[in-house]
Amino acid sequence: MSTFPGGAKAVVIGCGIVGNSLAYHLTQQGWTDVVLIDKGPLPNPGGSTGHASNFIFPVDHSKEMTVLTLESQRQYIALGVNTECGGIEVARTEERMEELRRRMASAKAWGVDSARLVTPAEIKELVPFIDESILLGGFYCPTVSVVDSLRAGTIMREAAVESGALTVFASTQVAGIDVEHGRVRRVRTSRGDIEAETVVIACGVWSPLLAAMAGARIPLVPMVHQMIDIGPVPRFAKASKAIEYPIVRDMDVFMYERQDGIGLEVGSYAHRSIQHDPEDIPTIEAAALSPTEFPFTQTDFDPQLADALDLMPEIVGDESVGVKYAINGLISLTPDGMPILGETPEVKGLWSAAAVWVKEGPGVGKSVAEWMVHGESHIDLHSSDVSRFHAHQQTRSHVRARTFEAFPKTYGIVHPVEQWASDRNLRLSPMHERQKELGAVFYEAAGWERPQWYEANAPLVERYGVAAREAEWDARWWSPIINAEHLAMREHAGIFDLSAFAIFDVNGARALDALQRAVLAQVDVAVGRVVYTPVLGSLGGFKSDLTIMRLGDDSFRIVTGGAHGMADRKLFADLLPEDGSASLVDVTTAWTTIGVWGPRARDILASVTSDDVSNEGFPFGTCRTIEIGSQLVLASRISYVGDLGWELYVPIEQGARLWDLLWEAGRPHELTACGIGVYGTTGRLEKSYRAYAAELESEYTVIEAGMQRPKVKEQDFVGKDAHLRHREEEPAAILCTLTVDDHTSASGVKRFPLGREPITLRDGKPLTDSKGRRSYVTSAGAGPSLGKYILMAYLPPEHAVEGSQELAVEYMTEHFPVTVDVVGPRPIFDPENTRIRS
Amino acid sequence: MNILTCVKRVPMTGGTIVLTADEQAIETRHLGFTISPHEECGIEEAVRLVEAHGGESVVLTLGPAEAEEQLRDCMAIGAARAIHLVTDGEEWDPQATAAAIAAAIHADGTAFDLILFGNESADAGNYQVAIRVAYALGLPVVSGIKGISVADGQVRCERESNGGRDVYEVPLPAVVSVLEGLNLPRYPSVPGRMRAKSKPVAASTPPRRESRLARRRLVVPAGQGKQAEILGHGPDAAPRVVEILQQIGLL
Repeated sequence: MSTFPGGAKAVVIGCGIVGNSLAYHLTQQGWTDVVLIDKGPLPNPGGSTGHASNFIFPVDHSKEMTVLTLESQRQYIALGVNTECGGIEVARTEERMEELRRRMASAKAWGVDSARLVTPAEIKELVPFIDESILLGGFYCPTVSVVDSLRAGTIMREAAVESGALTVFASTQVAGIDVEHGRVRRVRTSRGDIEAETVVIACGVWSPLLAAMAGARIPLVPMVHQMIDIGPVPRFAKASKAIEYPIVRDMDVFMYERQDGIGLEVGSYAHRSIQHDPEDIPTIEAAALSPTEFPFTQTDFDPQLADALDLMPEIVGDESVGVKYAINGLISLTPDGMPILGETPEVKGLWSAAAVWVKEGPGVGKSVAEWMVHGESHIDLHSSDVSRFHAHQQTRSHVRARTFEAFPKTYGIVHPVEQWASDRNLRLSPMHERQKELGAVFYEAAGWERPQWYEANAPLVERYGVAAREAEWDARWWSPIINAEHLAMREHAGIFDLSAFAIFDVNGARALDALQRAVLAQVDVAVGRVVYTPVLGSLGGFKSDLTIMRLGDDSFRIVTGGAHGMADRKLFADLLPEDGSASLVDVTTAWTTIGVWGPRARDILASVTSDDVSNEGFPFGTCRTIEIGSQLVLASRISYVGDLGWELYVPIEQGARLWDLLWEAGRPHELTACGIGVYGTTGRLEKSYRAYAAELESEYTVIEAGMQRPKVKEQDFVGKDAHLRHREEEPAAILCTLTVDDHTSASGVKRFPLGREPITLRDGKPLTDSKGRRSYVTSAGAGPSLGKYILMAYLPPEHAVEGSQELAVEYMTEHFPVTVDVVGPRPIFDPENTRIRS
Repeated sequence: MNILTCVKRVPMTGGTIVLTADEQAIETRHLGFTISPHEECGIEEAVRLVEAHGGESVVLTLGPAEAEEQLRDCMAIGAARAIHLVTDGEEWDPQATAAAIAAAIHADGTAFDLILFGNESADAGNYQVAIRVAYALGLPVVSGIKGISVADGQVRCERESNGGRDVYEVPLPAVVSVLEGLNLPRYPSVPGRMRAKSKPVAASTPPRRESRLARRRLVVPAGQGKQAEILGHGPDAAPRVVEILQQIGLL
């Protein structure tokens, strides 16, 4: 072992699968001076990698997770540590079978074509020791594999050491991480101090403690996952390799069974949520097994024994097969179930690569390395970005509440818009009480309680003749009231609570320069103009889309969606000049936003203000302060729902007053309170408006999204080079608006896809563009004014043909015919935008 | 034949034993619990003898309510029922323990042919309880036993001694304390685990006679802990490995 260095380009802390892989990829990406340390011994320092079950099921409903997993599996194969054994998710209930059909859609959408549904008899053939009589079927994925993650980490670490770019120190305890002027400076260790520009915390369940040393937060909680190993299994006595039979996930009882040599490993997510605090993890010396292998708590596992026995009586019921090993293994869980990756918003140069499981480890290592070295990764990591968390999400109380609730859903059937039950009512808009009186059904957005629809509007359903949805799954977390509110808005006017917007003021002599650099659109516009713009990454893909109001020469207001608001805040803050000549202040909780849209919106607004709100006096795309009663209100004439109207910004303590004034003024105009179901889905989709994280992701270009402007601004901006290049290329896919021709399923029930389903040819053949990307539904929802059901999807150019009727959407393994209505950005409803501009 | 095996719940320690701040107990926050390897062999032996000769295998413990976990573990191996002398978790001295066990054996009423103990408990290690119980019951006792066979109303016990074995033939009923190595205990099967959940546990709270043995404090012996020596890396380490294998007689 060489002498401990005094400095390095980067220090990676943690020799689990993530740290090893990340250190290796940093050297592959060109960094030559990387130091990797761990407090434990090598090759198994005692973290969660060491006790991982090490199997990989590639298909997840999350695209980001599937892409990371597939990349990881590719690397494990290249390292020679991947044993393909196949895997089956089995169903004991019809509800689960439906979930497996939905699994098929995700497999096809993310390009895992080998997956197929299998009958109980086929399961029996694949897994002869199973009792197929209790099963209805299964989802079989032949590429499911078992990997040797310790070996993979060792190979990568040693290759990087061999190249001379990496130095490794085991048994090196971190005592502190020093931060100076907001930037990480050095790591203090038991072997000495090491100065570094960049420090990565890849410490799994210990990560929150390391982050705290630097004043940052990595909100994860160590939780127990129970595993037992039984054997020797007579059937496996002559096993020639570690695994010869497919892994079985017994989804309905939240368990899995897999061969491990001559034994059978039985794992469970069915037990109670058992949480620990990171500071309670014992030292390596004090741990009976390893620090992350806690003593087995038999009583938690007992109820699962019967389930395992039912499924595999031949093995589990064999009196000669003993329980040889049983642990409560610690794993990392996060409030939203996704990893925690990227530079921390608190400390420049301090990165997190935490809450990562073996199945996505090497993919994360490569992606975070690209991000660190080049400023952006090829895989879109927005759902895993450490800067996504709002303040409340970083608290231990919230992390505990949400992970406690999420753990039993590990193998659960989770609806795509399922709402959390725990730790609600964290952020209440000033109109909250009024909304409760209207029977608001609140969904959570960025911690805000936001009305999705109002039960008080139930009578509108009959008035507008909105049909209910027949299939329970399609109707779950949905109401026909949404469509009715939409139609009321289109006929008269709707009032919306938009408090969940994230709002940042950028001020100062160089505010304009900073914003020009940050966004694609020209921001040097007249004071009082509102600019809608994409925000690009260095590779020219989408990082966000938002609006910027120019309030003065040196004064701008950024308004963006709450869900992604914190990441946007970091993105802009990072581009501010260091000399303080421009500043960003988060004014999210200083202002509340109320939207009023619909043909009567002007009549309503005019009745409460003496300011000129005529089309000439207050044109579309402008903003200015008007008086409404005793309030100064910043009014912005834009629309995300495709109707005439304004966003109205007032200090948050005046929000309720403004709501009341508008509500009263709206009575004669049949103003309807409308939920986010209209704002985010029906209104938006009728206008074919794109949404970040749905249509807009970093793997798509501005051209593909149909959002290019005639000219590119002269000023430099992030992603400009790539964007100019993209403009010269033929797009590999074009964002299109489609409608469903016939919703009738084979059983005669009308079905409504909810989003993320594959778009296929009518015979079910998937569409793949020249970049290898599948066509899938980026957003789905009703277009009540059109009387059609709208889907958005990127289609390869040969299929992006208006009027084309050769395509279908796959939903629950059935194919529903669709028509391509619009290729490119033209709205499907009111294509000339006469309503907005009236 | 009827066999009673007595076990004690003890912490399953890691490499380093950590004491509580008052030095009165082992810090068990991160630890699981178990019985001693001696007792595991005792339970296994009892189950095997009953399998061979018929009768009933009963397990007994004196310990806190949580010690039911260890009783269930023993019943998962094959013990038919359990007797739980529930304490408040305080350590009882050997005299008090032996008196309570002897009383419980009387109270149970079963004519046990053989009463098995581990040679000593894994934590206190007083080496006394088996002998005191035998004395109280007026039974013969042999200790440190690594071989047992039963025939013709006698138990034949083997004890390892320097260069050979001492063999005792003792008339039943008798008390025997055993050592790890007596047999290779089985792992519990899943059906065994499931059956154990519904096997009967007779719990009672015995009176505690006054302790005559007082513990002042615990001390962790110096040098205790994981003693891992790195012999080297790669092929260079081979000669040292060979040397060690020779030292321990494997080569």
